[in-house]
Amino acid sequence: MSRAEAVRAVSPLWTLGLLRSELLTTFRRWRTLALLGVLAAVPVLVGIAVRIETGDGSSAGGGGGGGPAFISQITNNGLFLVFTALAATLPFFLPMAIGVVAGDAVAGEANTGTLRYLLVAPAGRTRLLLTKYATVMTFCLVATLVVAVSALITGALLFPLGDLTTISGTRISFSEGLARALLIALVVAVSLIGVAALGLFVSTLTNSGIAAMATTVGLLITVQIVDQIPQLHAVHPYLFSHYWLSFADLMREPVYWDDLTRNLGLQALYAAVFGSAAWARFTAKDISA
Amino acid sequence: MAPYESDDMTTAGDVDEPRTGRRRAARYVVPVTVMGVAAATIGLVPALADSGDPDLPEITAAQLIEKIAQSDVERLSGTVKITTDLGLPNLGGLENSLTSGAMGRGDDGGSSADPSAKLTELASGTHTLRVAADGPDRQKLSLLENAAEYSLIHNGEDVWGYDSGSNEVYHGTVDASGEDREQRPPATPKDFAEQALKSVDDTTSVTVDGTAQVAGRDAYKLVVKPKQSGSTVGAISIAVDHRTGMPLKFTLTPSSGGAAVVDVGFTQVSFDKPSASTFDFTPPKGAKVTEDDAPAKGREHSGKPERGPKSEEDLGKGLDGLKMLGEGWNSVAVLDTGGEGGLPTGGTGGPGGDLGGFLGSLGDEVKGDFGTGTVFSTRLVNALITEDGKVYVGTVTKDALVKAADAGK
Repeated sequence: MSRAEAVRAVSPLWTLGLLRSELLTTFRRWRTLALLGVLAAVPVLVGIAVRIETGDGSSAGGGGGGGPAFISQITNNGLFLVFTALAATLPFFLPMAIGVVAGDAVAGEANTGTLRYLLVAPAGRTRLLLTKYATVMTFCLVATLVVAVSALITGALLFPLGDLTTISGTRISFSEGLARALLIALVVAVSLIGVAALGLFVSTLTNSGIAAMATTVGLLITVQIVDQIPQLHAVHPYLFSHYWLSFADLMREPVYWDDLTRNLGLQALYAAVFGSAAWARFTAKDISA
Repeated sequence: MAPYESDDMTTAGDVDEPRTGRRRAARYVVPVTVMGVAAATIGLVPALADSGDPDLPEITAAQLIEKIAQSDVERLSGTVKITTDLGLPNLGGLENSLTSGAMGRGDDGGSSADPSAKLTELASGTHTLRVAADGPDRQKLSLLENAAEYSLIHNGEDVWGYDSGSNEVYHGTVDASGEDREQRPPATPKDFAEQALKSVDDTTSVTVDGTAQVAGRDAYKLVVKPKQSGSTVGAISIAVDHRTGMPLKFTLTPSSGGAAVVDVGFTQVSFDKPSASTFDFTPPKGAKVTEDDAPAKGREHSGKPERGPKSEEDLGKGLDGLKMLGEGWNSVAVLDTGGEGGLPTGGTGGPGGDLGGFLGSLGDEVKGDFGTGTVFSTRLVNALITEDGKVYVGTVTKDALVKAADAGK
């Protein structure tokens, strides 16, 4: 048992070092940067499209409330572009990016043969897995903030800013609006931890990074489709994507917390179930590559 | 976290195979347990929270009705969940055009923020509403939608409707006398309870049926039942807050059984004064504002509020100017449309005539002493349209409707 004791004696700084090296590896990949670039481009595209469409004074979304949430408000207040961009990217772009990064986390290392070198270091599998999960969650946050910041800059450049009207019809100041936008970005990032845990679990099942990414994104699409079928409404509350758009409830006055707390609880449940499943799988896995 | 196992660091092959296999399998106990605990929590917590009916002093039905009548709650804010299942065929967009016709607003050129158009959405499905009130002059009703909200704000003389989804605003005015509530379709448990208690007479049995917890408050349950048979109304249950006398929940179950036709209840309620900013509204920049020019006064004194007749009809209230047959819950309204096949919804013209033929295919043909007619059924309201253009409408069963038509002949 001497080796196990050696593991326990490792200083916590070592874990930070491991996390830092994981973060650097992840964020230096061209693939990651390309994903972030695509995410940053979405709000720019939406902003320019709305600007062109409303150039003649007509309202966005055809005035009938079509299109992504909040889109009819963008022309009056650029801050709404943040909400629209998050509402537009959350159903697909964001989780797909998370799926790619999470799916690659373990399977990618196994595929390139670097996983065993990581395990040679006295880190322990549990700790390595936690580090991987922390990295994926950091990516969730960074990806969401990239969308939000890109949307804020685009909105500020193309549209006026100022006091805004909540969807309940009350008015809040611009600074409170900014604070809510930040809170919404955090909630969106947290909404993604369920799919991140799922991706990590899938990643421990296979030695092929591509297979893990494809499975995660495939599951994501399947869940989104199931969520659209009214006959399956009994299972909807248990799908990780079901309460994603509840972040818009933060723009109500007073905030309507029911769906938000349900969303957070559901994400925690997914993280616990698939995180522990990933742990069960990874700590007992044969690492042959 | 589970303790470090020795195979944290080892690769397979160090330990003999069967033991490893068992230990590997044992690890999956963790995710399975997490899932089991979660499932148990989801399943059991509501059941446990439901079990205790509060202990309240005995009260008679008459005292409770008195309590409701004396209730003078002027300040409240809360969340209301409303579920209606009238058993209407799902006609989608057609239903919308039908109701807009029934609302006496045939032309659909209005704003999406128009209250009468918007609040008819409540007639089917499940909706979450937020209500806030501070005295008779300031009320707010919000219909929560996906990432959008429809707010109806009454503040002094102004009535604002704001549809955040399309960024459209409706603006009307009322006398500063707080008549606004008369104009909108019933949405809160109190509105429904008042309607139901109006029809209490000697054909009705009213009892107090224990207590219940609604929105975290202790409440008495008042059950209103028609004594006669033949009504489609099975029972109406009203939960009344024991302190304020405010109806907190209203449930109407049909005599045919099954899910409630109307179920309206607070899921959260507070009797504190809502913050003043709740009722402040200035149209957002760039919003399309529709002014309602019709003077509110004239509308109110025109005999019958134009808005919301449909919902009242659903509750079995006769419309003014109609002949009523029978008494109590079994009363049937008769409308003579004069020859042509009219509509059960009162036939305001417009889309009515075109829809007549289509509606015929939805009804059942019946024969009786009165002649031949077509019965249109919902789970609550049945309507009989005879060949000679008479319309019989009531919250009574099909047989009772035919009997009433025979008797009225």
